[in-house]
Amino acid sequence: MDWLNSHARGWRRSGNAMSAFGSRELRNPDREVFFFRRRLSVAAVLIFAAFGGLLTRFFYLQVTQHKHYETLAETNRIAIVPIVPNRGVITDRNGVVLAESYSAYTLEIQPARVRNLDETIDALGQVVEVQPRDRKRFRKLLEESKNFESLPLRTRLSDEEVARFAVNRYRFPGVEIKARLFRQYPFAEMASHVIGYIGRINDRDVSRIEDWDETTNYKGSDYIGKVGVELSYERELHGTTGVEEVEVDAGGRAVRTLSRAPPMSGNDLRLSLDIKLQEVAEEAFGDRRGALVAIDPANGDVLAFVSKPGFDPNLFVDGIDPANWEILNESPDKPLLNRPLRGAYPPGSTIKPFLALGALTSGKRTPSQAIHDPGFFQIAGQAHRFRDDKPGGHGTVDMYKSIVVSCDTYYYMLANDTDIDENARFLSQFGFGQRTGIDIEGELTGVLPSRAWKRNRFSAAQYREEHRKWYLGDSISAGIGQGYNAFTPIQLAHAIATIANNGVSFRPHLVKTIRNAGTGAVTEVVREPERTIGLRPEHLALIRNALVGVNKEGTGATAFRNTAYVSAGKTGTAQLFSLKGEKYSASRVDERLRDHAWFIAYAPADKPRIALAVLVENGGFGAQAAAPVARQVMDYYLTGDQKKPATPAPAAAPADSEDESD
Amino acid sequence: MGHVLAQIWEVLTRRIDGFLFAIALSIVGVGLITLFSATDQNVARVSSQLGSLGFALVLMWLVANVPPQSLARVAVPLYVVAVAMLIAVAMFGTVVNGSRRWLNLGVARFQPSELMKVALPLMLAWYFQKFEGRIRWKDFVLTAILIAVPVYLIKRQPDLGTALLIGAAGFYILYLAGLSWKIILGLVIVAGAAAPLVLQHLHGYQRERILTFLDPSRDPLGAGYHATQASIALGSGGVIGKGWLNGTQTHLDFLPEKHTDFIFAVFGEEFGLIGAALLLLLYLLLIGRGMVIAANASTLFARLVAGAVTLMFFTYAFVNMGMVSGLLPVVGVPLPLVSFGGTALVSLFIGLGILMSVQSHRKLMNT
Repeated sequence: MDWLNSHARGWRRSGNAMSAFGSRELRNPDREVFFFRRRLSVAAVLIFAAFGGLLTRFFYLQVTQHKHYETLAETNRIAIVPIVPNRGVITDRNGVVLAESYSAYTLEIQPARVRNLDETIDALGQVVEVQPRDRKRFRKLLEESKNFESLPLRTRLSDEEVARFAVNRYRFPGVEIKARLFRQYPFAEMASHVIGYIGRINDRDVSRIEDWDETTNYKGSDYIGKVGVELSYERELHGTTGVEEVEVDAGGRAVRTLSRAPPMSGNDLRLSLDIKLQEVAEEAFGDRRGALVAIDPANGDVLAFVSKPGFDPNLFVDGIDPANWEILNESPDKPLLNRPLRGAYPPGSTIKPFLALGALTSGKRTPSQAIHDPGFFQIAGQAHRFRDDKPGGHGTVDMYKSIVVSCDTYYYMLANDTDIDENARFLSQFGFGQRTGIDIEGELTGVLPSRAWKRNRFSAAQYREEHRKWYLGDSISAGIGQGYNAFTPIQLAHAIATIANNGVSFRPHLVKTIRNAGTGAVTEVVREPERTIGLRPEHLALIRNALVGVNKEGTGATAFRNTAYVSAGKTGTAQLFSLKGEKYSASRVDERLRDHAWFIAYAPADKPRIALAVLVENGGFGAQAAAPVARQVMDYYLTGDQKKPATPAPAAAPADSEDESD
Repeated sequence: MGHVLAQIWEVLTRRIDGFLFAIALSIVGVGLITLFSATDQNVARVSSQLGSLGFALVLMWLVANVPPQSLARVAVPLYVVAVAMLIAVAMFGTVVNGSRRWLNLGVARFQPSELMKVALPLMLAWYFQKFEGRIRWKDFVLTAILIAVPVYLIKRQPDLGTALLIGAAGFYILYLAGLSWKIILGLVIVAGAAAPLVLQHLHGYQRERILTFLDPSRDPLGAGYHATQASIALGSGGVIGKGWLNGTQTHLDFLPEKHTDFIFAVFGEEFGLIGAALLLLLYLLLIGRGMVIAANASTLFARLVAGAVTLMFFTYAFVNMGMVSGLLPVVGVPLPLVSFGGTALVSLFIGLGILMSVQSHRKLMNT
């Protein structure tokens, strides 16, 4: 105890009655080091004591109690096994099942416990059927697996195969038959971009689960939503994992269940989609590529959501085999691209009614103000002619006629008289250039051009001021929906639905209700309007009247002849190929470079129940390619008529005196 | 050519303490071998740990080449940054496993409490170096606040284990700086008296773990499961162990967190008492070397930092092995240089780098 006493003396001698640190007042460096070393020595003694304590404990556990713990380890037969919950069912708005889970037997291998994998798989091939693609998929899973978990070699075994393996089980240590839940998508390609699919959990998914703080709940789960509603509503669909206490034998196989906390199934989703309407819409496309989004304007329900071509989500559930993946991933038709969300196309003439509405609202145009259309427009002092699609022009054109016949010159002039930034501000109220916020992931914003946008877009070092500056010519092109404009089909559908609903917009949504699996309580997903755009009723009435005119006497009239309802629409053509003033001729342009055809519409005109946007890739004129698709969908939805309307007359023989331009 | 290589070798090794380095690498080696077994022979996990090791060695070398006086200069900014980051975590940190401990830096997630493990001892050592000779009650109160702020911030993440460890690191500096034994005794009494009160304010799982430690049969399949299964693993290992890759507790998945906090149970099961004693010896050698370096350091700052780093190594090793063998309650502390995890490995090697810096810059400053 000498060190302690001398220490205490030290601070008493210092004369500082209130010192917390005994030795500090002594300025002698040697004494300082001496005190420090003494403190270290005390620590060293404590460390020896602590490690001595550990060693004693180890001795107690590993020598004195060894027999006891050895017995415990041998009889350590109680394992805690997670029970994976049933994933929620996805149905369409009428209860038709679009995705459901079922239980099936799988043949699984624990690679860590198998000596020679190839030999084992060969031997297994004599007991159950093992296809080359099963092997390939297994190899791929093996490369991706990190924890040397149990991996499926074959899925969906027949009862006979299960029986045959059971007899031969002793030959295959590390191989087991397990009952697993699988996901099935009965409609295969139909609505595949909406429903999406589930797939095996990978590293990215693991960190997602960690961020949700759901690691425990995903114990035992092998699958997670990857795309579509399966992804965006993963946490509703998954459910709560149960726990089972089982007695296991020396090899780790379950022998007897001791206790069980049952899992809670995931919640069921009812989509706003009408799968019958979806079918009609997909068939209307035939083999053509494109997109269609149909919305109930009164509440934002997405009634149909087409992205053609689609893919079979069932291929992805067990891990897609490389051959099929290559086909899907490398096809020039891009079947994996979700076109309504991720395809950004110039809107073409479909933008015209919105620009007209903007000009009315800002007072830059009155309804009766008419122009003379000579068939082209020139910026003052420039030689370049912005051409109208109709050579010679449409004559005298007021606002109504400009929409009905889709007069380009009218909108060249309108763009010339309005400001691009003001137009962008007005259009953004309809959701152009923004995500609509639909409840599946991956939506693009598109491009709503403005001065600020262009400056930002060309801000990189390789561009110069002349690239960044906004030119009047840019505005003129934007006036007919060409140039920098690029919008997604969901944006156009959302915008026309907003017109149909008199300026009150709803966020589009695919999931209508969620049914809680435990309580049975049903909750609606979206009910409140997103925003109300300040529009004068007489302006809106003029535009809506003109859109009815399009389908009655204008560019949409051929496709909408003799409907049982009054419809409103607007055609559009998104130019892909710049012809530098030459006359466009579909037959002379390669099919993939042909224009995209647009049609936006709603019906019935007075009290709209459906609003939609159709895009047919490389379809040519909107009136010919896209409008008939819209007609078939609206016919079915409004009258139940599933018959294909008569094929519209070819372009060479226009029904009305109006031309077929947009 | 040979001359150039010799020069490179000289630059690489000049500041490296061979003994400390050899012991540390031996412990890491034990860790990698055990990790391979604990992860069911997962090569990816082992190579990931090797990658972290490479990064940690580079940092160790860099820190070893920084003179202690430069470390003293960055002490204050480092501490301020670490506290600011802890506050940022409290405000908009990423939640993982129910605790808000991570700061998302865009490219990577970062745990500021790890930075504090280095920053707090440096800060306190700087303080004592600066005010050497006139340490009064107010200095004690001030240093206590310097310790209390980060400890409180980390405790409410909640991460009780790390909070206690950082508190311990601060206490070690005070102790080595000569905190009066009366106060130390007083602190022990206050801590003892406050324990039941603290227990009441702990988060659910923390209280559960401590209560379970006091009575493991309370919840044999829940919180007590870890402790029970770890004891079975160690005990059934016996004197010589079941052999590498042969631990039944490990490979039949009875052991939880077997590659991180509970890796010592895997080691003890497969290598027995002999292995455990050898590992204890390695830690003892590492700590002993650290103490020698601290005792011979030439400035107060260097002495205090080296001493605290050494005592922290001891604390990690003791708390982890104590927890796995059932001597202490289950707190989330990894076994130093052995448990899987890049962040911990990096901070530990930075600690070794500090020790090496103190040792190798000693002569330059001796007068």
